[in-house]
Amino acid sequence: MVSAVTVITTTDRISAVLAHVPDPEIPAVSVLDLGIVRDVSETRVLITPTYTGCPATLAIEQSIRQALDANGYANVAIETTLSPPWSTDWISDAGREKLRAYGIAPPPKGASASALKNNQAAECPQCGSSNTEELSRFGSTPCKALWRCKACLEPFDRFKCH
Amino acid sequence: MDALATYALRLGDDSLILGQRLGEWCGHAPALEVDLSLTNVALDQVGQATHFLGLAGAIENAGRDADALAFRRDVMDFTNCLLVEQPNGDFAQTIARQFLFSHYQALLFEQMARVKDERFAAIAAKALKEVSYHATLASDWVVRLGDGTEESKARMVAGLDWMWRFADELFVMDDVDAAAIAAGAGVDKSALRAEWDARIDAVLADATLARPASRRPVLGGRAGHHSEHLGHLLSDMQFLQRAYPDATW
Ligand SMILES: [Zn+2]
Repeated sequence: MVSAVTVITTTDRISAVLAHVPDPEIPAVSVLDLGIVRDVSETRVLITPTYTGCPATLAIEQSIRQALDANGYANVAIETTLSPPWSTDWISDAGREKLRAYGIAPPPKGASASALKNNQAAECPQCGSSNTEELSRFGSTPCKALWRCKACLEPFDRFKCH
Repeated sequence: MDALATYALRLGDDSLILGQRLGEWCGHAPALEVDLSLTNVALDQVGQATHFLGLAGAIENAGRDADALAFRRDVMDFTNCLLVEQPNGDFAQTIARQFLFSHYQALLFEQMARVKDERFAAIAAKALKEVSYHATLASDWVVRLGDGTEESKARMVAGLDWMWRFADELFVMDDVDAAAIAAGAGVDKSALRAEWDARIDAVLADATLARPASRRPVLGGRAGHHSEHLGHLLSDMQFLQRAYPDATW
């Protein structure tokens, strides 16, 4: 009998390293969860910035560099691409759950191309109520807006649709 | 610098100077919400400037990167439009400037995202998402202030009245634009005007404001003819790299 053998490739190993590199501003999620990593090969990791002016972009690249070096992938290069532009639709389902657990309302999936993006009421990450309102279009980082729950009265960050 | 590099430089200068202006609000805005908004818009603009100036330097191929272009040029070498260098004034004046400029940028980048030159198209597609948000933000504030109290309305009217004379320059075409279009990188800005007017008018109607009276347009920024305000802005922005060249930390 021949049983299926799972082959763990080099790119799998590199991806496993990246899965443990946290976003510097929202450490609950990894760079993989956020969809910042666009492609992984044996020789290079392709990343894309969230916002052009995001101050975390440089920090993200440095964290990835450090993690690759520490795990024996010093020869793997990091390249940056702008196209296609990053979208919140690339945040993984696991990433969305981690954001919610961290107290940040995740963006609705598939909403970034919708004309109604950012207009739908956010779901309160504390109590789940949709009885919420926007307090400030911009929040503590470029990717977040400040909201308030009218049911449990807690303020919360909402990850903006982008 | 050849025409295509100059074209990228103009785009970068517009974003850089506006970003620097908006940064002046940091810690001074009338409310926390506004402080966060204006500084986040500033970050986006500086980010766009980094890409466009980096591209200008790459096309020029003379060893100048985005930082060299931002910090080591004199005022006459800056090619930004006059609108973005206008002083912040009060909050309404800042919003008026943002309102006119963000709607222009949104229309410009919608078109530029489709040009043949992938370097320009990629930056434009990326920036478009950001500037669309800025246009919505500024429009919301034009309505809140215009359709607000007597005081807020008067200030919004005054802010728009001042900024309006610098709007025409946004749509002026010259040899650099023509060369950029021929190279598959540029956009016909004059063709954006009708849609810009329509978007501006729709928001003004919502804000119960009349379109400001036409004035003789003020031009010259693209050729390096700036108001006295730009020199003061640069002396602040460039101080560190001028006093301590190549300083890092
Ligand atoms: Zn709640």
